[in-house]
Amino acid sequence: MSSLYEEVSTAPASDVPVRRVTININGENRTVDVEPRLLLAHLLRQGLKMTGTHTGCDTTNCGACTVLFDGRPIKSCTMLAVQADGHAVQTVEGLATASELHPIQEGFKAEHGLQCGFCTPGMMLAAKALLEENLNPTEDEVRWALSGNLCRCTGYQNIVKAVLWAAEKMRAQAGQE
Amino acid sequence: MYPSRFQYESPKTVAEAVALLDQGAGEAKLLAGGQSLVPMLKLRFASPAMLVDINGIEELRYHRFDSDGTLRIGALCRHEDLEKSDIIRQKQPTISAAAPLVADPIVRTRGTFVGSVCHADPQGDWAATMIALNGRIVAQGPKGRREIAMKDFVLGPFQTALEHNEIAIEAVIPAPQGVAVGGYIKLERRVGDFATASVAVALDVVGDKVVRAGIALGGVGSRTIDASDAAAALVGQPLTDATIAKAAELAAAAAEPRSDHRGSADYKRHIVATFVSRLLNQIHSSKEAA
Amino acid sequence: MALDEVKIGGMGASRLRVEDNRFIRGKGNYVDDIVLPGMLHMEILRSPVAHARIKSIDVSKAWEVPGVRLVLTGEMMAARNLAWMPTLSYDTQAVLATDKVRFQGQEVAAVIADDPYIARDACSKIVVEYEQLPVIVNPTQSMAPGAPLIRDDKEGQQTNKVFDWEIGDKEATDRAFEQADVVSKLELHYPRSHPSPMETEGSIADYDRATGKLTVFMTTQAPHIIRAAVALVAELPEHMIRVVSPDLGGGFGNKVPVYPGYVISILASILTERPVKWISDKSSNLISTHFARDVYLKGEMALRKDGKILGFRMHTTSDHGAFFSDAQPSKFKIGLLHSAFACYDIPNAHMVAEGFYTNKAPGGVAYRCSFRVTEGMFFQERMVQAAADDLGMDQAEFRRVNFVKDDDFPHRTPFGFLTDSGQYGKCLDVGLEAIDYKNFLKEKEEAAKRGKLLGIGISTMTEPLGAGNSREYDILGIKMFDSAELRVHMSGKAILRTGAKTQGQGHETTWAQIVAHELGIPADDIVVEEGDTDTAPFGMGTYASRSTPVAGAAVAMVSRKIRAKARKIAAHLLEVSEEDIEWELGRFYVRSNQERGVSIQECAMAAYSNVPDGMEPGLENTSYYDPPNLTWPFACYIATVEVDPETGVWDVLKFVAVDDCGVRINPMIVEGQIMGGLTEAYAAAAMQFITFDEAGNCIGSNYMDYLLPTAWETPGFELYEVVTPCPHHPIGAKGIGECATVGGPAAFVNAVLDALKGTGVRNIDMPLLPDRVYEAIKTGKDISGAPPVKVD
Repeated sequence: MSSLYEEVSTAPASDVPVRRVTININGENRTVDVEPRLLLAHLLRQGLKMTGTHTGCDTTNCGACTVLFDGRPIKSCTMLAVQADGHAVQTVEGLATASELHPIQEGFKAEHGLQCGFCTPGMMLAAKALLEENLNPTEDEVRWALSGNLCRCTGYQNIVKAVLWAAEKMRAQAGQE
Repeated sequence: MYPSRFQYESPKTVAEAVALLDQGAGEAKLLAGGQSLVPMLKLRFASPAMLVDINGIEELRYHRFDSDGTLRIGALCRHEDLEKSDIIRQKQPTISAAAPLVADPIVRTRGTFVGSVCHADPQGDWAATMIALNGRIVAQGPKGRREIAMKDFVLGPFQTALEHNEIAIEAVIPAPQGVAVGGYIKLERRVGDFATASVAVALDVVGDKVVRAGIALGGVGSRTIDASDAAAALVGQPLTDATIAKAAELAAAAAEPRSDHRGSADYKRHIVATFVSRLLNQIHSSKEAA
Repeated sequence: MALDEVKIGGMGASRLRVEDNRFIRGKGNYVDDIVLPGMLHMEILRSPVAHARIKSIDVSKAWEVPGVRLVLTGEMMAARNLAWMPTLSYDTQAVLATDKVRFQGQEVAAVIADDPYIARDACSKIVVEYEQLPVIVNPTQSMAPGAPLIRDDKEGQQTNKVFDWEIGDKEATDRAFEQADVVSKLELHYPRSHPSPMETEGSIADYDRATGKLTVFMTTQAPHIIRAAVALVAELPEHMIRVVSPDLGGGFGNKVPVYPGYVISILASILTERPVKWISDKSSNLISTHFARDVYLKGEMALRKDGKILGFRMHTTSDHGAFFSDAQPSKFKIGLLHSAFACYDIPNAHMVAEGFYTNKAPGGVAYRCSFRVTEGMFFQERMVQAAADDLGMDQAEFRRVNFVKDDDFPHRTPFGFLTDSGQYGKCLDVGLEAIDYKNFLKEKEEAAKRGKLLGIGISTMTEPLGAGNSREYDILGIKMFDSAELRVHMSGKAILRTGAKTQGQGHETTWAQIVAHELGIPADDIVVEEGDTDTAPFGMGTYASRSTPVAGAAVAMVSRKIRAKARKIAAHLLEVSEEDIEWELGRFYVRSNQERGVSIQECAMAAYSNVPDGMEPGLENTSYYDPPNLTWPFACYIATVEVDPETGVWDVLKFVAVDDCGVRINPMIVEGQIMGGLTEAYAAAAMQFITFDEAGNCIGSNYMDYLLPTAWETPGFELYEVVTPCPHHPIGAKGIGECATVGGPAAFVNAVLDALKGTGVRNIDMPLLPDRVYEAIKTGKDISGAPPVKVD
């Protein structure tokens, strides 16, 4: 694709510089030409049609666009797509395998950790980053780790329970291995 | 939500980056963590002609102590690097206390210490720790490197002493002249909020005497305030109820708050006094306990 | 054998949500996720000033930006009679400004381009010349003599007043006050806030010139109302309009009204003959779409020494911004605010309401609230605490004395509402027990030794949820019933569609549970669809907690129609007369021989393959349900807080919620609704507000200033239930989605003020930010109005 926001757009004016970047997205290398001002969130959503990453605010507060960038959570509305060149990005679409859900996904469903679902992908990725560092978090540690992600529906209590649910399952899985 | 157009450069060395800024002739902006700059681009509060992205200069991501105890923080050291650092926790408690209060956990994975200092937001957190710790900024420009003391670095809201073609490549925090003790408290209405008022205290202590002191105040002036009189009142003294009260009073007097929707000027001044007193008492009691 | 209802996911089962399967995979389908071939993108240029005459608009430079397809101004809209549109409250609202801008953030021009980056570039090239006019930011300024007239576009509009409205018996109330031993007074402001769903508003308009059909994908809680409005505005017949509301990232009332952006995108699609997408950014959403509250309330209560309330008077002054576009029943100008005090047995009351225009964004919408009941209930519970304090009476006891008693239902309130059921005293007892009310004073003394102030706050209320009945409730003349259509396939599996529209409430899960309860078809065998006006039966949508009371009832009723037909088929299959047939969950059987029976699935198959002579084949039906009354859930919320008097910072120590929403269809989802609502209540009490400076600049136009609490600040909640079935609802359910937002704030505020008892402080207007609490403690004076307390 080109610098386009969407593939239906007209070709960019010749004086608009584009950069070819290769980003590893959910384990797969994707090479695209992007205009430097394109936000990573928009590349994922429009350019690559991975609409699970949402944009909720303009001011880097809400965290709905949270993805993992080289394993660490970032707000993808606050990074340029060109900056992801040569890096690995994980989105909500990369959480489940073909055959099974990630325990965090299962936890969110089991504990009613979502209502409208808009903040959920960002929440789950923030939770994944936490659990990769700390598989046995306290309730407060979960609340702290998720404090860069806003939810308007749930009141967070069930989100916290969902993450603790997932942690328990992941500990059990780790114990089996 | 949609930045305007700019030329994007991603140099691999500091020298290249400096050359690009030089070419930009004031129309270029340096991009490090981007957690303040990118939102400004999105809102079009900033529309630079060129962005010089230094994230590819990997060697700038460090924080380390020299053998003499000097702390050096590279331009790409992220907030969370400091937050999670054991050595910082042991040797520079003021920084360790401030790190988790910067923005929110997701922003902290990306935003940088030096970038935040250069952003020069009067409500920012790191500038207060830099002043309290008597830090310096190492700037590199076409003519080489120079060091700028933190107290001279910030000129006003969002304004620094950096030339348009200079890069702040490192923050330097001098070695303590004894044991470094200190802390940071911020009154925020919610995680990620800017400070209504914040206080950084950093003391070097030998025995029960304070041999060096720094107290800095955030959110209570058009730039971070160096409460030097308050700090001076502690030097050569032990921490006692009387010295603590004096420092709190002088710090509050140094504040230059404005009344706004975060609180009245009187309130903010009162918070400064309360926080200085709380921090010093906390230091005092933990020393007692030790 | 009858089926186990829980096993088939029937009523009472905490069935996991069906919709989650897509959301947890990132496969939700929100408006911004939809891409149509050839789609263009629209961005809106908004006014930077609050009140100004537009002298000129120069769009020539915008047209020059490569990739721009269309630039629209008010003048171009006016040429097509689209510069103004009707609101849901019989007022008009500018689509794109022609004469004046009347609030900061008002729509001035729009650019349609190949991508939104280009559209935004072009917006920045539009030059608008404004002539500044004096700005009005509150009702006091609106009513001042010589105030500039905001709505000079309206013929006959001489002042900035929107309405006067009055209810109750003034003389009887005056007499009650004459007999009072004590008169208690309170005055407060419920500050302006914004529902602020995480997803902003947006639309994709797609006009097909070949067929003449307009399809609009949009973020709406009420697709059919929007279709009616679009038909009115665009002068298209309804069968040529299809409104589709896909997954919504929350609504909370913000997505009920018609917004100018929708209309502009529709015209843009008609003119470009291409689909046009418009997605609002968060700042635009916060400064221009419907706010909530912003009401000044004043009242007094006539009290007898023994604690009996003899009567009350209320006066409300509401700020509606530049256009009166509240979405609410036509006949009630200030919504259902006059349902205040409905849980108390009070013989006399009188209320006056006045509404005003200001240079602020239009509204106010019912933000997670049944049409302004939030303001009423908040005032009620603050007033009740003040009255108890004035009488020197225990706040719990004062409530108990005045509650409508369990055997006094149905109870007519002085303003004419009919409450029909409840166990108020029991709910209060459960709450007091859970919070350990008896021992609170001891805790308070302990805390005082640590220099902390403890307080306990109670809020008890019943509120009217589930408009309407159609005698009293309509929007733009359309009666507030709702609908359900059920099609049972020959396999016995089914599809259900309703006129409601889920935004996170889980209709796809719970509606199937009602069908399972009524028909014994496993919930997993039922698909639920909503939001597409081409397929869904006509309904009024989801807001005001009306889904379960109205559409949910329609689901039960349509299931019963299906069961009635299936019974005839069963009789035919079993070769007995219908009178000899009995029903148990999922199955008809012969009364004399329970072993002989047919399942609902067998009846479904027969409906398509073996119907009795003279019967129409198929097993489908539709119900339109017009509820006989509103439903009246009850809630008792109790908070304990600890205040740090040195900083004014307060923390919630414990929060208990006792909700009686009648029969719970899915307890898990009900509890989710309560916790979400309590969090919005906490937000309102603690931090969330929108205010304006003197020039009309909005403070609260982004998430740095408009504070939504994070997981870190939000307290934990302990939930308890009491069940009093609704006597008139087919499954005994009452509304629940909004109780916590409505009743919650007063619990927090009462708790903080209880902690401050003895300082002389009677009221602190929300939000109770630390500086306001500190200021109150320090001065011993009330803190009134929105922040800031002081300005330099």
